[in-house]
Amino acid sequence: MENKLIQTDPSELLKTQTNARIGLGNVGGSLPTQQTLSLKLDHARAKDAVFSPLNMELLTKALLEFHIPLFCLKSKVENKIEYLKRPDLGRRLDNNSLEILEKNKEKLDIVLVITDGLSAEAVNNQIINVLKRLIPAWSKNYKIALALVENGRVAIADEIGERLEAKFTAIFIGERPGLSSPKSMGIYTTFQPKIGLTDESRNCISNIHNDGLSIDQAVQILNYYMEESFRNEYSGFKLKLELNLIDEQKNTPTFG
Amino acid sequence: MEFRYTVNSFTYNFKDLKTLMAKASPYRTGDALAGISAESNEERVAAQFALSEVPLNLFLTDHLIPYESDEITRLIVDSLDKNSFSIIRHLTVGDFRNWLLLDATDTEVLDQIKMGLMPEMVAAVSKIMRNQDLIAVAQKCEVISRFRTTVGQKGRLAIRLQPNHPTDFQSGILASTIDGLMYGCGDAVIGINPATDSPEVVSNLLKMLDELREKFEIPTQSCILSHITTTLSIIKDAPVDLVFQSIGGTEKTNSSFGVNLNILNEGFLAATELKRGTVGQQVMYFETGQGSSLSANAHHGLDQQTCEARTYALARKFNPFLVNSVVGFIGPEYLFDGKQIIRAALEDHFCAKLLGLPMGMDVCYTNHAEADQDDMDNLMTLLGVAGCNFFMGVPGTDDIMLNYQSTSFHDAMYVRKVLKKRPAPEFEAWLLAQGIINEKGERNALNSKHLLLNRHGK
Repeated sequence: MENKLIQTDPSELLKTQTNARIGLGNVGGSLPTQQTLSLKLDHARAKDAVFSPLNMELLTKALLEFHIPLFCLKSKVENKIEYLKRPDLGRRLDNNSLEILEKNKEKLDIVLVITDGLSAEAVNNQIINVLKRLIPAWSKNYKIALALVENGRVAIADEIGERLEAKFTAIFIGERPGLSSPKSMGIYTTFQPKIGLTDESRNCISNIHNDGLSIDQAVQILNYYMEESFRNEYSGFKLKLELNLIDEQKNTPTFG
Repeated sequence: MEFRYTVNSFTYNFKDLKTLMAKASPYRTGDALAGISAESNEERVAAQFALSEVPLNLFLTDHLIPYESDEITRLIVDSLDKNSFSIIRHLTVGDFRNWLLLDATDTEVLDQIKMGLMPEMVAAVSKIMRNQDLIAVAQKCEVISRFRTTVGQKGRLAIRLQPNHPTDFQSGILASTIDGLMYGCGDAVIGINPATDSPEVVSNLLKMLDELREKFEIPTQSCILSHITTTLSIIKDAPVDLVFQSIGGTEKTNSSFGVNLNILNEGFLAATELKRGTVGQQVMYFETGQGSSLSANAHHGLDQQTCEARTYALARKFNPFLVNSVVGFIGPEYLFDGKQIIRAALEDHFCAKLLGLPMGMDVCYTNHAEADQDDMDNLMTLLGVAGCNFFMGVPGTDDIMLNYQSTSFHDAMYVRKVLKKRPAPEFEAWLLAQGIINEKGERNALNSKHLLLNRHGK
């Protein structure tokens, strides 16, 4: 139904070209009611994603079915507010977790670290499907363990990898929620992890969600980084992604 | 040099000037994360009292980061205009606040002292000022800059049209650009954050915007916010109006951004030589923001607001056309909530204006900060009153490439309306000629036969 109070935008026909919020119409100098509430709803969903918890019960159950070692750990962070304020604490394990790792006697090549980050929902929804495509294949050549970590930052994988003397870590973490993509997961890989490494030592796969990078594409890139890291014995900016996954979108404008 | 202040027979000691500055800073998470903020509310105010007694003169000799080890300190010290400083050299920080607020200290007087100010003096006085002081003094400043539009005049407010797209898809960027133009945005610049730093992509985007600008004879300028070295690599072949770079307030911060004074100067000279402006030739566009030095582990124990103010001394060396802080982008570990973001933005705008910069602001937040649209409405209105030169215009506030919320095309209409601000004069004339706005600045009803759309659609 046309709403006569709203001045509509002829630019609506441009909407097919982008997911940006264009052609919204206006009432005086402001957004129409429907649009202002939609924006509020999307922000509410993004905020909820930040404060969502890992589904520990379901995840633990599903992870145990891979029949490889599983460590359930926590960072030094006490709660989500502290998580947001103190990234330094989110990068380190609490004492109890250190004791758990101390007891490990197995020699490991790879640790797959799973943590909530800024959107546990993104991890709850996608991680098992990712691991199903990884663990059976990787187990043929490598000794793998899993670590499920509450309130972790990316660099917590360094401490876990160092303690377990692993050669390679991949950490699966919920990314900062966007307004249109509140459930996006990222993966960071590191060869020879140790405490104190910075981002230039890692490779990153970002934007894994329904409207972003697919799980299959993410796994393809992850396989590449893992194999290349072991082959070159390093990770990070020196390792260039030489895989062409992106669909070639026709990238010329149609005006003029 | 040590500082002390006694409250009810308890004496607080501050071991040096940077410690005093940090402890006197209004609370924010970034300073707490760095371990340098006051340990109690009382200690903070004691530090503010002690800071108010510091003579401005002291900043000339007590360098917070040593002269020998930091090129930004050297730039600050060497470029200080002693004659301008002599007007205020007898003042303490506390009396500097009093002096700034005097009615007699008007636009002209503030313009006379700007080159005599060190950023540390400006940061210091801001720490003992309330939000209303920061607004009242900033409002007295008028910093005008020119390229193809004139930005910063009193009674005017410009908008950077920010039509980003996650894959730099040209038709998508163009669609957002046309939508924004039809809301009266784009007089500060049409500025794209590219998703990749590829010279080819940047070149093509520049060509696309330049073609659009020429086709519709839009009096504005474009900018692709790529790294300055990328821009330099294409400047001979691509239509570069403004050269962009993110900068920080210490030499080490800038090296984490991959730049230094020499590289910035190279970009400045190369773009100036092109003479592509019409009403002026100010060619630089800088973005800044509190927390970048701590984030790069390059803060030397300075609080984040003082580091930010030092950035402005670097910016003003290159006579920029636009500067803005991206205040709420950095995240809650530096600025936790709406209150901290609002305070920081008012400080940044005040410090930059006092130092003579054409300051705008990216009024923004991320979804993990404790802030929402209401906070941004407050901040945009406050900065509008303070005379901020420009804001961002993002479709529906949602930047689908950078994943954060800034101000929208609609916000631009709102703030121009309630504060009776008009677009930049050259651009306003174009909007009227295109039938996009009427004489009162209100948006006209447009139909699908409008020229901007028809040329796009066919």
